[in-house]
Amino acid sequence: MTASIDPGGDSHGPAISVTGLRKSYGSLEAVGGIDLTVQRGEVFALLGPNGAGKTTTVEILEGHRERDGGEVNVLGHDPEHGGRAFRQQIGIVLQETGVEPYLSVEETVALFRGYYPDPLPLEEVLEVVGLTEQRATRVRRLSGGQQRRLDVAVGLCGNPELLFLDEPTTGFDPSARRDAWEVVRNLSSLGTTVLLTTHYMDEAESLAGRVAILARGRIVAEGRPDELIQGDEVVTISFRSPGRHATLLDGITNAATSDGAVTIHTTTATATLFELTRRATERGVELEGLTVTRPTLEDAYLALTAAEGTESAETSEGGESAGGTASGSR
Amino acid sequence: MNALALALRQVRYENRAFWRNPAAAFFTFVFPLIFLVIFNLLFGNDELEVPGGTTNVSTFYVAGITALSVVYTGYTGLAMLVTLARDQGLLKRVRGTPLPPWAFLTGKLVHMTLTMVLLVALVVAMGAIFYDVDVPTKTMPAFVIALVVGAAAFSSLGLAVTAAIPNADASPAIVQASSLPLLFISDVFIPAGQAPDWLAAIADFFPIKHLSEALQTAFNPFESGYGFEPLHLGVMAAWGVAGLLLSLRYFSWEPRR
Repeated sequence: MTASIDPGGDSHGPAISVTGLRKSYGSLEAVGGIDLTVQRGEVFALLGPNGAGKTTTVEILEGHRERDGGEVNVLGHDPEHGGRAFRQQIGIVLQETGVEPYLSVEETVALFRGYYPDPLPLEEVLEVVGLTEQRATRVRRLSGGQQRRLDVAVGLCGNPELLFLDEPTTGFDPSARRDAWEVVRNLSSLGTTVLLTTHYMDEAESLAGRVAILARGRIVAEGRPDELIQGDEVVTISFRSPGRHATLLDGITNAATSDGAVTIHTTTATATLFELTRRATERGVELEGLTVTRPTLEDAYLALTAAEGTESAETSEGGESAGGTASGSR
Repeated sequence: MNALALALRQVRYENRAFWRNPAAAFFTFVFPLIFLVIFNLLFGNDELEVPGGTTNVSTFYVAGITALSVVYTGYTGLAMLVTLARDQGLLKRVRGTPLPPWAFLTGKLVHMTLTMVLLVALVVAMGAIFYDVDVPTKTMPAFVIALVVGAAAFSSLGLAVTAAIPNADASPAIVQASSLPLLFISDVFIPAGQAPDWLAAIADFFPIKHLSEALQTAFNPFESGYGFEPLHLGVMAAWGVAGLLLSLRYFSWEPRR
């Protein structure tokens, strides 16, 4: 239903396809050869530390910025020369909020709907972002989270085939974030393709079908969130050190004690945990604060971006422990 | 919807948003009128030599404050409005929609021009009612043309100056500093008859004096012709074209940091 009108665009093939994308600012290389494919209907997340090239990449895809090299195809258009036909098919939610503060929510959405040939019904837009009750409220009286939802409303009111969300929940309180995620899921269920950038790993893990991790202008990993996590099979066991019972840890490798906290990284969690709890039970010791954590996307992310960042630095700990050190130090 | 209809629609929304902030709207109109009242209180009984005879100085002030109204809406007002929209990310946002960027700017420009028309009407009406200043009749076409050329030139300069403004916080200072001194030497606030030559030369170079001179002629009761001032109009138009070229080259849609 989202592709009913398709002026000039290509309604088959991937929503986004990028090969060898490059962009430099002066001598600084922001994007150094990226290949990327986003299928229609997908929610795709672009992750990476500040300065990794996320925003540059997204702005090139949006048509806000010119590239230095590479092939870019977004919905059958070259974004640089897409013009109105291209912008009728996309929706953009930027990081900054920018709408007229003295108009009401309803007027703002109505104003932007008018720019598109086949917009979503006003009621539906307000419903999807959860601003139906605030429809008559002036923009300047909205809370931060509500303004952000209005940003999303403005981005999606043209019934885009592809929606760009640049850090959509930065600065949200936890409940506002859950609401925003609900909005993205609603959109996705309508068939909209979503390209998301975010700093929050739980956000990517919860929303995105696939993610790509950018570091220093290159993609260092790409795949489903669970695929990226499985690449790092180390499980972390931690508890508060019971003090005198030093022998508790005898023979257990990769165990470290600091500040009275014991952290063990292991690939054989079941056996290690069994041995540990057996010894503790025999000695009548309670392992306070015992937790077993599986790696999250965040761990995988930190491992990948840290490995990338220290590539040329000293590597005395070895590559594999980078993830463990990073997650253990939190 | 075609692009022209979209531009007109922008004007409607601009206008609506403007009147939603009554304090700002009120003072937009009151500010120039205060000058009209104060200068008339101070110098209202003075007489002034004009080509063809002697008039009450109120005539000078109605023309001067009309010129102020054009500069204040076209240059000052538009520059601040556009810088604010740029800093808020509104310009960038609009660039990502199918709305042609010029249609968005036209919305702001026409809105400020309508504000100018209303303001000028108030100034002329106050002049006629309280200060006995004749509304131009035979010189009406010349008056309107001076306003149109002035509004176009100062709007275009207002757009151009945004390129030199780093952020919205700096815009009042930059816009005022680049217009207020000129207003004092350009026959707007005070008749600059006794100004030293070098100061007069500076005023002659910039466009504000040409606007106020053209308007003075239109308000001069002794004017025997139609009151057209091709030289003054030409200088304003040249500044307008320069402003437009600078805007096309340097105008920024993205917030500066």
